[in-house]
Amino acid sequence: MLYVAKRLLAMIPILLGLTVVVFGMMALIPGDPATAILGSYATPENVERLNRQLGLDRPLWEQYLVWLGNILEGDFGRSYSLNRPVIDEVLERFSATLLLAGAALLLCSVLGLLAGAVSAVRQFGWADRTITFLVLIGISLPSFWLGLLLILLFAVELQWLPASGMVAIYGGGGPLDILTHLILPACTLAVVATGVIARLTRASMLEVLRQDYIRTARAKGLSERRVIYRHAFTAALVTVIPVIGIQAGFVLGGAVYIETVFQWPGIGAMLVKAISTRDLLLVQGGVLVVAASYVLFNLAADLLQSALDPRLKG
Amino acid sequence: MSARAARRDRPDQGRPSPWALLLNNRLAAAGLVILSAVVLLALAAPLLPLQPPDVTEPAERLKRPLAEGHLLGTDDLGRDLLSRLLWGTRVSLAVGLSATLIAAFFGSLIGLVAGYAGGRTDSLLMRGIDLVMAFPYILLALAIVAVLGPGLLNALYAIAVVNIPFFARNIRGVTLGLARREFVDAARLSGKSHLLIVVTEILPNVLPVIVITMSTTLGWMILETAGLSFLGLGAQPPQADLGSMLGEGRKLLFTAPHVSVIPGLMIFLVVMSINLLGDGIRDVLDPRLKSGALARPSARTEVRRERVPPEPEADPGRVVSVAGLETQFRIGREVYRAVGGVDFRLASGECLGLVGESGSGKSVTALSLAGLVPSPPGRIVGGRVDFEGRDLLAASDAEIRSLRGGKLAHVFQDPLATLHPLFTVGDQLVEAIRAHQPLSRAEARERAHALLGQVRIPNPAARAEAYPHELSGGMRQRVSIAMALANDASLLIADEPTTALDVTVQAQVLKLLDGLRAERDTAVLFITHDFGVVSELCDRIAVMYAGRIVETGETQAVMAAPAHPYTRMLIDCVPVLGQPGRRLDAIPGLPPPVNRLPEGCAFAERCPRAQDDCRAGEVPLEPLAAGVADGRAVRCLHPIVEDEKKEPAE
Repeated sequence: MLYVAKRLLAMIPILLGLTVVVFGMMALIPGDPATAILGSYATPENVERLNRQLGLDRPLWEQYLVWLGNILEGDFGRSYSLNRPVIDEVLERFSATLLLAGAALLLCSVLGLLAGAVSAVRQFGWADRTITFLVLIGISLPSFWLGLLLILLFAVELQWLPASGMVAIYGGGGPLDILTHLILPACTLAVVATGVIARLTRASMLEVLRQDYIRTARAKGLSERRVIYRHAFTAALVTVIPVIGIQAGFVLGGAVYIETVFQWPGIGAMLVKAISTRDLLLVQGGVLVVAASYVLFNLAADLLQSALDPRLKG
Repeated sequence: MSARAARRDRPDQGRPSPWALLLNNRLAAAGLVILSAVVLLALAAPLLPLQPPDVTEPAERLKRPLAEGHLLGTDDLGRDLLSRLLWGTRVSLAVGLSATLIAAFFGSLIGLVAGYAGGRTDSLLMRGIDLVMAFPYILLALAIVAVLGPGLLNALYAIAVVNIPFFARNIRGVTLGLARREFVDAARLSGKSHLLIVVTEILPNVLPVIVITMSTTLGWMILETAGLSFLGLGAQPPQADLGSMLGEGRKLLFTAPHVSVIPGLMIFLVVMSINLLGDGIRDVLDPRLKSGALARPSARTEVRRERVPPEPEADPGRVVSVAGLETQFRIGREVYRAVGGVDFRLASGECLGLVGESGSGKSVTALSLAGLVPSPPGRIVGGRVDFEGRDLLAASDAEIRSLRGGKLAHVFQDPLATLHPLFTVGDQLVEAIRAHQPLSRAEARERAHALLGQVRIPNPAARAEAYPHELSGGMRQRVSIAMALANDASLLIADEPTTALDVTVQAQVLKLLDGLRAERDTAVLFITHDFGVVSELCDRIAVMYAGRIVETGETQAVMAAPAHPYTRMLIDCVPVLGQPGRRLDAIPGLPPPVNRLPEGCAFAERCPRAQDDCRAGEVPLEPLAAGVADGRAVRCLHPIVEDEKKEPAE
């Protein structure tokens, strides 16, 4: 419990750091917001008045504190392109991204761990060669291109699965409907991370299988299956879990491409649109929420790792 | 342990050049060929007879691949796809490479400064790096593009920035180690400036790491810049890279898929060839990272016997008989004869000490009995091990498994490494018990507590819930011993069980082992390099050198009057309390490498008594005194005999 509390406390500076970086980046944007709002024909007096209204005449750190206070109260400003509060749009979109990223993360963890373990156990056999080759292809594939290929195959040619969106336009919205829409984007998003996790699991398993405690397990007369899947796999898992946490970041980021390709109504697609329309408050809100969720994913990975490895709690 | 020593002796002569190694790696070579072809084509684009990439020709729009005049077809504006592909590849390669160079430069700079300066500079810089890494990779790039505005150059900067942490972290780690090395201290003392030291002393050593990191990140950077262009945030029309071609072609996915499929395929080819090459470069520059290439040891040592001695005559008191045991390690073309024909017998309740330096083959001998020598590279090529009425080297895997931890138990050297770090000691004991006895979990747990009590662990029920790292070294080794005793073993193989412990704990553990042996009548094969330990515990000893037993006999007899010069020198190495003037010199020279054993006696090179006949022909292990059945034997042509003992050896 103490460990959990410590980890939770350690999150606070990271989260604060994120807000500083995001605020700093937004402050760096060239141009004068007041001029942008009022247009280039505005009188200097009007510009000054608006600047004062917006608090832009105060020192930067003061602006940051006000800004942070607003963020903490859930006030992310108003999106001018959508004409609605940023927080509403972001949270609505984020649930779609979370569904997609969560499904992809589950998929890549299970498949990656499985493939890596099989690969290590059958080292140099045909299964290992096949998996190693597939992994190499997987981590080299541009996911946005793979998505297009899968649409061509499964939506256009075979017509098994819908090509885009999260729900069918007519009568959609049921869990099964969402699931069929989820399959292609989630699989596409999972490919690269699966490769990374499989690679690491294989290396980690091979490393663990050379350890003295595996020899001890064999010397105890345990079955080879128990040696590999209980003794070796558990130990390998401990080193792979933090990497799964890091992959959460690649999956959350990669969702930007996948949501664009499959027109998934998530935060990534929203960000791309917001950047092209220069709706910076929307960008800021989206980036903050996704980055914070990534910190939480990493925290979850940390806690899971320490639950498996008693040495970390000391 | 001896296996590891043998592997270390592997000669590195004639190591091929890095290029040769890289080209030997078939996949890396394939990557190099593909990448070179793509790069050459992209470089040659202005020279090739291509149509201009940006000239639209509405009459020619959406031609399929292989159309006349357009090998790869045309896009919706009638532009030639082959031409656009090659020009786009040029842009993508240039952007990816520039981003890599920028990231490498700034990342390495940060890493070098942080690692070299250390202290507050280091922690400040690394905090900053951590902060950058706290963002999901692509998201941060997006945020940067949002600030700078869409455009190819801005996409390039964004991708470079988000990759800086990979370089900074890797390079800082290496620099941190180097900055505290002697040659850097020497340079500092000689008055060189910090800048000069970093550039001339540290940078050359860090360069391989920079190259490795570049080769692993170049592929990503090409992929991610293409991704930003795909989203419309990178290259802006009319300029085109592979990503923006793909992004524009996407609108025609259903009508003219080739317009988007072809540039995507090119991205894939480029990235895959870079990844193949990068893996190859990493393996060449840093072989230690190549962990995945190490063979995994199988469940049991491979047995391929060339020589099988006859079955020994029956003897009811005997527990185990080992005859002509030969175990080798095969690495590449080298054959390491770790165990070169070992014979010994053990009666119940008897303790035999197998003594020798590291690398003498004593541990490999012990591990060979139950097939625990890692294989590959280990292989048993001769001999037989008779135990429980059968030859273990011919037994089935299932038989071996039921003996392991059952009748034939092991205690290993370092209990911190040999106990599983993630399971409680109680669970590990229960597992050992239940592998051999049909007990319920609760019954086994009770039995485990009893065993922990028997090895004098106070408060066993509470200690059973502890993880190995929570116990002291002595306690851990007691747990190992309890595990070995779990199923009433008739033979206990103890491989340097006290080496990792401090002296007082050592004595306790030895006493415990000795008591248990007397109580249960278990035979003990005790492997050690320490004569002091042997004399306390063992009835008989066998001294090993270069994979063979060179002298054996009753402990007291051998200790009092060693006949082999090697035994004599080993005993002389043991310090004795109250005799401060005693010579404690190590034995001069080194044992011969077991892949290049000399002819004749293996010890001849280091032996003060060696004569010409020692270096020719096989030296047999023969009884010291003919006709006396005291089990005393020595492998020496010129043993130290009785009348020489007058010389004050002690």
